[in-house]
Amino acid sequence: MKLKPLVAALVIGLGCIGAQAKDTGSGPINIGIVTDLSGVYADIDGPAGVEMVKWAVHDFGGKLMGRPIEVLSADHQNKPDIGSSVARKWMAEDHLAMLIGGTNSGVNLAMSKVAAQEEVPMLGVGPGSARLTNQDCNAYTVHYGYDTVALAKVAAKALIKQGYKKWYFLTADYAFGKSLQSDATKVVDAAGGTVVGSSLAPLGTSDFSSFLLQAQSSKAQILAMANAGGDFDNAMKAAQEFGITKTMKVAGLLVFINDVNALGLKATEGLQLAAPWYWDQNAASRKFADRFFDKYHRMPSFIQAGDYSATMTWLEAAKKAGTLDGTKVMAELKKMKINDMFAKGYIRADGLLINDMHLYQVKTPQESTKPWDYYKLVATIPGDQAYTSAADSTCPLMKK
Amino acid sequence: MDIFGIPLQAFLGQLLLGLVNGAFYAMLSLGLAVIFGMLGIINFAQGALYMVGAFAGWIMLTSFGINYWFALVLAPLVVGILGVVIERLFLRHLYKLDPLYGLLMTFGLAQIMEGLFRRQYGVSGESYPVPDALAGATNLGFMVLPNYRAWVVLASLVVCLSTWFLIERTRLGAYLRAGTENAPLVQAFGVNVPMMVMLTFGGGAALAGLAGVLAAPIIQVTPLMGSNLIIVLFAVVVIGGMGSILGSAVSGLLLGVVEGFTRVFYPQGSNVVIFVVMVIVLLVRPAGLFGKEA
Repeated sequence: MKLKPLVAALVIGLGCIGAQAKDTGSGPINIGIVTDLSGVYADIDGPAGVEMVKWAVHDFGGKLMGRPIEVLSADHQNKPDIGSSVARKWMAEDHLAMLIGGTNSGVNLAMSKVAAQEEVPMLGVGPGSARLTNQDCNAYTVHYGYDTVALAKVAAKALIKQGYKKWYFLTADYAFGKSLQSDATKVVDAAGGTVVGSSLAPLGTSDFSSFLLQAQSSKAQILAMANAGGDFDNAMKAAQEFGITKTMKVAGLLVFINDVNALGLKATEGLQLAAPWYWDQNAASRKFADRFFDKYHRMPSFIQAGDYSATMTWLEAAKKAGTLDGTKVMAELKKMKINDMFAKGYIRADGLLINDMHLYQVKTPQESTKPWDYYKLVATIPGDQAYTSAADSTCPLMKK
Repeated sequence: MDIFGIPLQAFLGQLLLGLVNGAFYAMLSLGLAVIFGMLGIINFAQGALYMVGAFAGWIMLTSFGINYWFALVLAPLVVGILGVVIERLFLRHLYKLDPLYGLLMTFGLAQIMEGLFRRQYGVSGESYPVPDALAGATNLGFMVLPNYRAWVVLASLVVCLSTWFLIERTRLGAYLRAGTENAPLVQAFGVNVPMMVMLTFGGGAALAGLAGVLAAPIIQVTPLMGSNLIIVLFAVVVIGGMGSILGSAVSGLLLGVVEGFTRVFYPQGSNVVIFVVMVIVLLVRPAGLFGKEA
C-alpha cells in the first residue's frame, strides 16, 4: 500500500506544524474570515463580508496591544473539509487569534471543532443551525446574531397569534432546512397550531410548481419556506405565478434583504420574515448602511453587519483582556455587554449571543419611498424569548 | 377517482406541470442534440448560453426598454452570434482531435461566462416580469394554470417541430446531414461546409438563448441557472439517443413528467430520478430510446 506512508508523512508533517503554533508576541496579529466568496451565498456575505471585518479593524485603529492587525480571508466553497483545513492551517501556522465563520452551517460546525482543539475563539456570524450552541457547542465557539430556533420562534409565534394555525412546510432537503423545519414545528405545536404537511425539495431545485400544487391542496393557511437563497427566490416566484400568495400566507423563515431586492416588491409584498437587523432600523444602522452603500451600491445584509459587529466585539474583548490567549478572551467575551449598531445583548455561557430579534413585513410598492426601503417593523422580540431558553439548551456548558 | 392514490385532479395538475418542465428540457436538449448530431461536439456551454440568453433578455428590458416579444427574437440572435464566435475562435481548431477536447473547451468557456456574470450581477440574480399579455392564469377546473406556462409549452412544441422539420425534411437539412457523413465529398459539390458547421453551432446556441428568454419570467435569472441544468440535459440527450432530434424532444417531455410525479411520491428523489432512468435506458438500450444502434 502506498497510502500508508503517505498518511504517515502527513501526520508527521501536521505534527511539526502543530509544534510551531506559538505566537511570538511580536509582528502582526492575524484574524481571519472563512466564508462563501463565490457560490450561492456570496451576496449575503462574501467579499463584502471580508471587507466588513477590515472596516472593523480600521475603525478600531488598526492596532491591538501595539501590534498591527492583519485580516486573512478564504473561500470555503461550501465544503466543510475545505473550511476546517483552512482554519487548522491558519490556527496552527499563522497564529490566528480569532476566526469569523461566514455562511453555511455545515462548514461552521466543522470549523468550530478545530477552534476548540486549537483553543482559538470562533465567532460564527453566517451559520443558522442552532446545533452550534446546543449538542455541538464548545468553549471556544460563539454564535453571533441569529439561529434557526430564533427565526422559527419569532416568525411562527407571531403568525399563529394572527390566527394562522394550519401550516405546510416547503423545506430544503439538507441539514439547515430540516433543522429549521423541526424547530418551527415545535413552536407551531406549542402555540396550538398544526402542521398539515411538508415537501422536502432537493437543494437547487429550479421549478417548485409541483410542490406548490401539493401545498395548495393541503388546505393549509401558511406556506412556510424553510429554505434560503436561490431556492427561496424560485419558490417565491412560482408561488406568485400560481396565485398561491392569494390563497395562502407565505412565511419566509430565513429571508435576506438581497432576496427581496432580487425578487422585487411586487413578488414579495406582505411577506413576513424574522431577522436580527435591518439597515433602516435606527440612526446608527443607517449610518453604517450608508457607508456600505457608497462602496457597494446596495444595502448590507444582517450577516455583513454582523461581521463588522463581531470583529469589533472581539477586538474590544481582547483589548480588555490584554492578551490573545483564547481562553482568557473567551472569558472576557462572555462577561461583556454588547451595545452597538448591530446588537444589544450578551454572550451566554453556551456561546450564544442573546440579542433582540425582529419580525418584519415586506412593504408594498406604494409604501416603499426610497431605494432599498423594503421592510416595516411588526414586532420586536427580546432575546431571552427569541432564543433557546437556558432550561432547554442541550449544551453541557450551561449546566455548570 | 384516484390514480395511484392521488386524486384525479391533482394527478392531472401534476401531469400538466411535468409537461411544462419537459418543454424546457426538450428545447434545451434539442440544441445539444443538433450540435452533437451534426458536429460531434459535446457542448458543455449550452447551459451557460441559456443563462446568457436569459440575461440578454433582462438587459434588453431594463437597459434598453426592449420588450419581451422583441427580446424573444433579439436575444437568441445575440446568443447565436456568440455561438458563432465561439465556434470560429475555439472549436474549429479542435475538430481533428478527440471529442473530449471539445467537451473540455466548452466546459471551460461555460465556467468563464458564468464567472463573468457572477462578478457583474452577483448570485442572487435578477427578476424578469411576466409580459402583460401573458400575465394572469386560467382556471382549468382541476388546477389554475398560469397563462405564461401554457405559452411556454406551445412555443416549445413549435420550436421542436420546426427544428426537426428543418433538419430531416428540407434540402438544407440534407446538406447538413451529408456534410456530417462526408465533409470533403459535400465540399466537392460546392457546398461551403465550414460555413454550414459554423451556422449550425450558432443555431444550436440560439436555441439555448431562446430557452433562456422563455425561462426568464418563470425562474430567477441568475448566473448559476445554467449549471444547475446542464447535467440533466445531458441525461435527457443520452436517454433520447445521442444526436437524435426527435429523441431529445420526446424524452425531454417524458422526463419532465417523470420528474413531476417523483415530486409527489418521493420528493427527495426528484433530482435523481432522471439519472436512474438514464442508467436503466443505458443498460437496456445503450444507444438510447431513439438512437440508432451502432
